[in-house]
Amino acid sequence: MYRYDEYDQAIVDARVAEFRDQVERRLKNEISEEAFKPLRLMNGLYLQLHAYMLRVAIPYGTVDSRQMRMLAHIARRYDRGYGHFTTRQNIQYNWMKLEEMPDLLADLASVEMHAFQTSGNCIRNISSDQFAAAAADEIADPRPYAELLRQWSTLHPEFSFLPRKFKIAVTGSTIDRAAIKLHDIGLELVQNDAGEIGLKVLVGGGMGRTPMLGHVIREWLPVADYLSYMEAILRVYNRHGRRDNIYKARIKILVNDLGAAEFARQVEEEWVLVKPLGLDPPPSELARIAAHFAPPVLDANAPVEIDQSNPDFANWVTVNTHPHRAPGYAIVTISLKAPGEIPGDASADQMDIIADLAQRYAGDEIRVTHAQNLVLPHVRRADLFDLWQVLVSAGLATANLDRASDIISCPGLDYCTLANARSIPIAQKLAVKLAPQEADLGELKIKVSGCINGCGHHHAGHIGILGVDRKGEENYQLLLGGSGAEDATLAKILGPGFDENGIVTAVEKVIDRYKTLRADPAERFLDTYRRVGAEPFKEAVYG
Amino acid sequence: MPRLLTGNRLETGDVLWWAGSDWSLHLRDAVAVDDDGEALIARLLPQERINDLVLIDVDATPDGWRPRSTRERVRAVGPSVRPDFALPSLPVDAI
Repeated sequence: MYRYDEYDQAIVDARVAEFRDQVERRLKNEISEEAFKPLRLMNGLYLQLHAYMLRVAIPYGTVDSRQMRMLAHIARRYDRGYGHFTTRQNIQYNWMKLEEMPDLLADLASVEMHAFQTSGNCIRNISSDQFAAAAADEIADPRPYAELLRQWSTLHPEFSFLPRKFKIAVTGSTIDRAAIKLHDIGLELVQNDAGEIGLKVLVGGGMGRTPMLGHVIREWLPVADYLSYMEAILRVYNRHGRRDNIYKARIKILVNDLGAAEFARQVEEEWVLVKPLGLDPPPSELARIAAHFAPPVLDANAPVEIDQSNPDFANWVTVNTHPHRAPGYAIVTISLKAPGEIPGDASADQMDIIADLAQRYAGDEIRVTHAQNLVLPHVRRADLFDLWQVLVSAGLATANLDRASDIISCPGLDYCTLANARSIPIAQKLAVKLAPQEADLGELKIKVSGCINGCGHHHAGHIGILGVDRKGEENYQLLLGGSGAEDATLAKILGPGFDENGIVTAVEKVIDRYKTLRADPAERFLDTYRRVGAEPFKEAVYG
Repeated sequence: MPRLLTGNRLETGDVLWWAGSDWSLHLRDAVAVDDDGEALIARLLPQERINDLVLIDVDATPDGWRPRSTRERVRAVGPSVRPDFALPSLPVDAI
C-alpha cells in the first residue's frame, strides 16, 4: 500500500482547510451558489435528487483496513449507514450535508484519502486491475505506475480545466480486468524479448453518448519515459479538444476526427518538446513508489488442497475465487450483488467486517472492482473456509461472480439528477429472476445505465440496458454483444425499447433463445451472439 | 395544470416544497403557485438559501398532489429502492 509522504499529506490537509473556509463563507452567504458550485464539485460534492452526494476517490481501487473502517465510519456518522461502490472503483455517499463536509473531509484526510478530482473536467481517479500483484497471469504490478500518474495528475495546473473529464486505466496483464480499451487513455504493461517492461498506449476509448474503442498509438513505450508521454497526449488534447460542444469534447472525438495515426504523430511531435523538460522521474523514484506495493510475505508452503466437502463452500470457491500467483493462496471476490439487493451498496457494518477480514486473512488489502464488488487479494487457501463462514453471516457470500445476477448498475433515477430512468430496480428484478439458472448460463455480464452517460457501462455489457425518457415515461433499450475485456466490443441496440416489466421479459427471452442456440453448454452468451448475430435474438424478442 | 415550487436546502440538500409562507419537507404540505411561480422564484433566488429552484407540473388527485414526472415523484418520496427512507408524501409504489 502506498503511504502518503509529507507532500501528499500537506496537499490534502491544505485542501480540507481551504474547503472549510469556502463552505463557511457559502453558509454565511458571502459567496453565491454560482461561485460556490464549481468549488464543491472540485471536492467531489454533487447535489443529487434527495441530498448532496460525495464521491470519495479510491486510487486504483486499493484501500487498507484502516481506510475501509474510515469509510464505514463516514457511512455511519455522516450518511445513513451505507455507501455505494462505483464503476470507477470509488465510493459514493448519498445523504451528505454541506455543513458537515469539512469535518468529513478532515476525517478522510486522517487516513490519507480525499474526494477531489472525482468531478469536473480534470484527470479523474486512475483505475486499475483489482487483481494487481496477485494474479497468476500478470506481467507486472500496474499500481506503482498508476500511483505515479496519481501524483502527476493531482492538482496539475495545466490539466485542471480540460475540455472534458479524463479517465486513465492501467493494467499489468493481457487479461483485461480494467477495461483499458474503454478509457481516454488505456495503458498495458508489456514485456519484450529481453524481459524489459514497457507500456502499450491506447487512446480515445470511452462509453457514454458516443461509445468508441481506444486505438493503440504506441506498441512500446519505455516505462522511464511514460510520464512525459502522458503529458504530451494531454497537451495535444487540451489544445485541440472541442471546447465548443460538450458532446464532442472527449478525446475520443478528437482522435476519431484526426485519425489515430495523425493523433499519434502530433503526440510524438509534442513529446519531442516535452521530454527534455525533465518531467520523468529518475528510476529511483519509481522504485521508491514500487516498494510501497510489495506484496505481503507469502508462505511458500501454504497448502493448496483444502476440504471442500461443504457444497455451498465448494461452489463459492469455484465461482468467487481466482488463481493466485502463489499456489497456496487465492484471490477472493466478495460479491456486493446478492439478488434483490442494490448492486454496489455495502452497509457500514459490512465494511467493518470486510476490514477485519482483510486484516486477518488478506495482507491488509482490499480492492474495489469496476464491477462494484470487493476483492481480498492474498488469502491462504487454508483460510478460505473460515473467511467464507464470516461472509455468510454478514450476507456477503453470494457466489455469482461474472454471472447473470452479478449486474453492474448505476444509481439511476433513484438518486441521480442526470438520469432519465431508474436502473437499480431493473437490476434487482433481473438478478432475482436469473439467479436460479445462472450456474447453467455461465459467464454473462449484464450492465444497466439510467441515462446515455453510461455510468452503468451498458455498452460493455454482454447484455446492456439503457434507460431513456420517452414522453415522460421510463423506457429501456436492450443492447447485445458488448464486452469491456481484452476482446472489447460495443453492444448494439436490438430494437425498440420496453417499459420496466417489458425489459425484464425481453432479457428472459434473449436468454431462453441463447440456451437453444449455444453450440455446447460451455459456449458463453457473448460467443453465441458473435457466432449467430443479432437476428435470432431479434426474432425471439420482437417476433 | 397546477404547478408547485421545489428546491433543495443549501445546508442539507433536503428536497423542499413551497408551502405558502415557508418550505416543507413534505409534498402533501405544498401549495400550488401556478402563475405566481416565476415571481416567487425571482423573490427567493437572491436569498441564496435554496438551490435548484424549479416549478413542476402536478396533478391534483384525491390523495393529494401527484407530480407528473417520475423524477419528481422520486424526489418527493425518496429512492424507490429504499422504502425504509420514504417520506410520507406518496406511497412508494406511486412512483
